[in-house]
Amino acid sequence: MSLPPLVEPAAELTIDEVRRYSRHLIIPDVGMTGQRRLKNAKVLVIGAGGLGSPALLYLAAAGVGTLGIVEFDEVDESNLQRQVIHGQSDVGRPKAESARDSIREINPLVNVVVHNERLDNDNVMSIFADYDLIVDGTDNFATRYLVNDAAVLLGKPYVWGSIYRFDGQASVFWAEHGPCYRCLYPEPPPPGMVPSCAEGGVLGVLCASIGSIQVNEAIKLLAGIGEPLLGKLMIYDALEMEYRKLAVRKDPNCAICGDNPTVTELIDYQAFCGAVSDEAADAAADSTISVTTLSHWLKERDSGERDFVLVDVREPNEYEINQIPGSVLIPKGDFLNGGALERLSQDSQVVLHCKSGVRSAECLAVLKGAGFSDSVHVGGGVTAWVNQIDPSQPAY
Amino acid sequence: MSVSVRVPTILRTYTEGASEVSAEGASLSEVLESLDASYPGIKGRIVDEQGALRRFVNVYVGNDDVRFLDGLDTPTAEGAQVSVIPAVAGG
Repeated sequence: MSLPPLVEPAAELTIDEVRRYSRHLIIPDVGMTGQRRLKNAKVLVIGAGGLGSPALLYLAAAGVGTLGIVEFDEVDESNLQRQVIHGQSDVGRPKAESARDSIREINPLVNVVVHNERLDNDNVMSIFADYDLIVDGTDNFATRYLVNDAAVLLGKPYVWGSIYRFDGQASVFWAEHGPCYRCLYPEPPPPGMVPSCAEGGVLGVLCASIGSIQVNEAIKLLAGIGEPLLGKLMIYDALEMEYRKLAVRKDPNCAICGDNPTVTELIDYQAFCGAVSDEAADAAADSTISVTTLSHWLKERDSGERDFVLVDVREPNEYEINQIPGSVLIPKGDFLNGGALERLSQDSQVVLHCKSGVRSAECLAVLKGAGFSDSVHVGGGVTAWVNQIDPSQPAY
Repeated sequence: MSVSVRVPTILRTYTEGASEVSAEGASLSEVLESLDASYPGIKGRIVDEQGALRRFVNVYVGNDDVRFLDGLDTPTAEGAQVSVIPAVAGG
């Protein structure tokens, strides 16, 4: 499926631009019109790291008129193995500024807009609003779901790429014309299950393999040429030197772009992706039960074979949406301020749950610290309960 | 039915580094059982404790995501290629 060009052509190329872009201009598919479209294009690259480095360099060289960079981090020596937009003398500098300087050297005709800040729920919509296309080169699940949801809500296309060790994946997501990221991966893995590049490593040149695919797709979308990687997932295996293209379907049950979306505005992505603290992770390590176990425990409690207190640490408005039967509500804030401890007795085991298992793990750390050593929490929370035990209740 | 299973980097710790292994089964669930018999523990990275496919791992039979076919009941013909595609977030 080919798509119409994303960008209208700019008025004219200058003589300098004609000289600079001549190797594009003599490709019939690009030509003067295609290059004028690139000149008029505004592309936002999220992250000036592994994927952002080659993406920014090639987008700049290609003559994309406006390039935005969202990046809050500073250049570290360990970045230089793959983040080729930065150099030795940039160590310690803001990455966004270092990237801007490299782009100016490669192509001074590019208007670079630096967003020297962390992308979050408060700034994402206003930053995205000014761009035609987004290139996602972030390094964590929370930001990836944030980018996806903001792009879907704003109707913007984006080019996605992801890397780990020797494996790369790339696709184009555009809910108006095909699937989004949630159609491909409805939920993030629980924290700790999938290591980041910082934990697991990444082959430096893999960034170029995947980043260049992202630029390729960006240029095609901007100029309206070729077959976009929309509804396709490109999988690259650097060890086998194999590229494979698989189909990605638009999911009618997708939480944000499906027939009955449940996500209609930005959500709490840290909670969604289970960003738990080290203390919470330690507390939960050997003290997490499944909803199946909880279901058995509740039956045993009903028949007098077991004694425990089931505490829901969500907020009252969430408690109204769905509940695990037999729970009492003590919101997380009461654990953090100590008030909850006065309402609980160490004579009975305490079982905590929340929506997904993140907040309950935080509360579990507080309880363990206060001497409730046999307390546990429920992995997956009430969401898992609704999915697996009691589908008659609504999820949210 | 003998099928070929593509193993992503992240799961190759279970397959002694092999990127492609063979397994037996007429359906995806049988293939995963066979895979787990040869490489204990790998199935648990693909399906959860309740036996459902994990929602951050996609399994393809041929070029199609089994979520849009018959899930774990998706038939696997002789010589089919099963691919396990986990979510990764590195950038």
